Amino acid sequence: MRTRPAARAAQYVAVICYLIFLGFPLLWLISSSLKSPQEFASITPSILPKHPNLSNFTDALEEQGLVRSMWNSLQISVASTVLVLVVSLPVAYALARFRSRLRPLTNGWILVSQVFPVILIVIPLFMILRPLHLTNTIPGVVIVYMVWSMPFALWMLQGYVAAVPRELEEAASVDGASRLRTIVSIVMPLLRPGLIATAMFTFISAWNEFFFALVLLQDPELKTLPLVLARFVGAEGQVQFGPLAAASVLATVPSLVFFAFLQRRLTSGLLSGAVKG
Amino acid sequence: MSAATRTVAPKQAPKRGRPKQNREAIFLFLPALLPVLLLSVYPLIRGIALGFTDARAGLNVDTNFIGFGNFGKLLHNDLFWSSFKIGLIWTLAVTILQFVAALGLALLLNTNLRFRGVARTLALIPWAMPPVVVAIMWRLLLHPTNGPVNEILQNLHLTDHPINFLGDFSTALPAVIVVGIWVGMPMTTVTLLAGLQSIDRSLYEAAAVDGASAWSQFWNITLPQLKTVIVAITSLDMIWNFNSFGLVYVLTAGGPGGKTMLPMLFAYNEAFRYGNFGMAAAMGDVMVVIIIVFLGFYLRNRLRSEA
Repeated sequence: MRTRPAARAAQYVAVICYLIFLGFPLLWLISSSLKSPQEFASITPSILPKHPNLSNFTDALEEQGLVRSMWNSLQISVASTVLVLVVSLPVAYALARFRSRLRPLTNGWILVSQVFPVILIVIPLFMILRPLHLTNTIPGVVIVYMVWSMPFALWMLQGYVAAVPRELEEAASVDGASRLRTIVSIVMPLLRPGLIATAMFTFISAWNEFFFALVLLQDPELKTLPLVLARFVGAEGQVQFGPLAAASVLATVPSLVFFAFLQRRLTSGLLSGAVKG
Repeated sequence: MSAATRTVAPKQAPKRGRPKQNREAIFLFLPALLPVLLLSVYPLIRGIALGFTDARAGLNVDTNFIGFGNFGKLLHNDLFWSSFKIGLIWTLAVTILQFVAALGLALLLNTNLRFRGVARTLALIPWAMPPVVVAIMWRLLLHPTNGPVNEILQNLHLTDHPINFLGDFSTALPAVIVVGIWVGMPMTTVTLLAGLQSIDRSLYEAAAVDGASAWSQFWNITLPQLKTVIVAITSLDMIWNFNSFGLVYVLTAGGPGGKTMLPMLFAYNEAFRYGNFGMAAAMGDVMVVIIIVFLGFYLRNRLRSEA
């Protein structure tokens, strides 16, 4: 399609506006994390730091509570991700491969879990976990995250399983492979990109989660990274902008890694050509 | 696992395979069933029921069934109503503006412009960022004395004094809405872009042969073809925005003077600051009813006009 030069120019103006709207906040955050305290005090803030240095990062990492909260977040995110995958993979396989009465029920549950405000779930959860002494503990949060991120993980995995051609499994069974064998040596390898994507998604949701952690964790020793960062807010004057920005950048790193990965990996058509029509 | 020994693929023995399959499926469901029933289905039902009780925080407090008592009180609670109004303004403003902005971006990304890759990457990053970090970032941006936004506005002589965007009664809600749009754009853009890319190219070629302008192609091909995707993503956006919590909690905590007190924040305070579990659950119930009525209405209208 040919586009007139005026229209083309307008398109570029629009793209640049979007780039500024989307990119400038990120640029400012990163630049703030590299600025010295003197530069924050200056009356005319500059977009890029004049003397970029990493002292904000070292300051942030010297903050005891921050490092501990990162460790807490890491433990919680890894544990809930592993649990979600172990529990969801068989369900996703069943959902994609069998016509069962559980299928509409599961899909209904996935939908319901999106619609209902978490406040309705969190109060009873709190009341269930408290007599079990699981509030204010890391295992308690892990279990809650597992259940909470399962609907979306199931949704994703189900799609990936459905994309593995059934013919491959049939071919394997014709060749005499058992179902378990088929799953382990045919389905799993093909599912790997899907499993990794789902794992990363689950990890990031747990890493970023705020509401359940806020309700369930009171002990300062157990607080997750978002909770500790949120506590600094409102006290910016004392805490200084620089270390806060640096800590925020650090908190975003896992998501960015996830991201770089997704862009590179998931665009390749892994299964194209696996089935010859 | 019993699944291991079976060699007959499901397709080859459809009739006899059916009951076996069901049994097999149930085995695969088992490990997920217990946690989901215990920690998702049961809490939800109990949460809905809690709205009809006077439950309070604390370990040994009696809980009584009080019917519609909480709802009666809510009916006369002005703060609750104003919180709902704010919630509706927030939900509609963010969802609609987000959709318009995301559609524009998706259309641009669907052309052969330069910077598409950069724009696409940038458009996705907000989605992966922790909401708390997004809130901190925007607090830095909108800061009355150190923030670049005020600096730029003053340099352009659009204002002669720094504006405290998040602390001022008149600007707090609009400022929070802008952040909401920023955060929610990625998901919407990506979904719309996927929809755009699946539209059959030959439709546009045929329209171009008939001499249709770009504008009329947009109205007569793009929008109708995208309809299902649009309905799906705007419905989801509406639910997510109405139920959103963390972003605004960190940005303003509902202030100043309750001007950004979204229903979720209000219910959270009621439950965990004042300990009124029953009342907070009743608010949750009202929220669910509103979402369902709203969605039902929206989806029915959309789907009917499609026929």
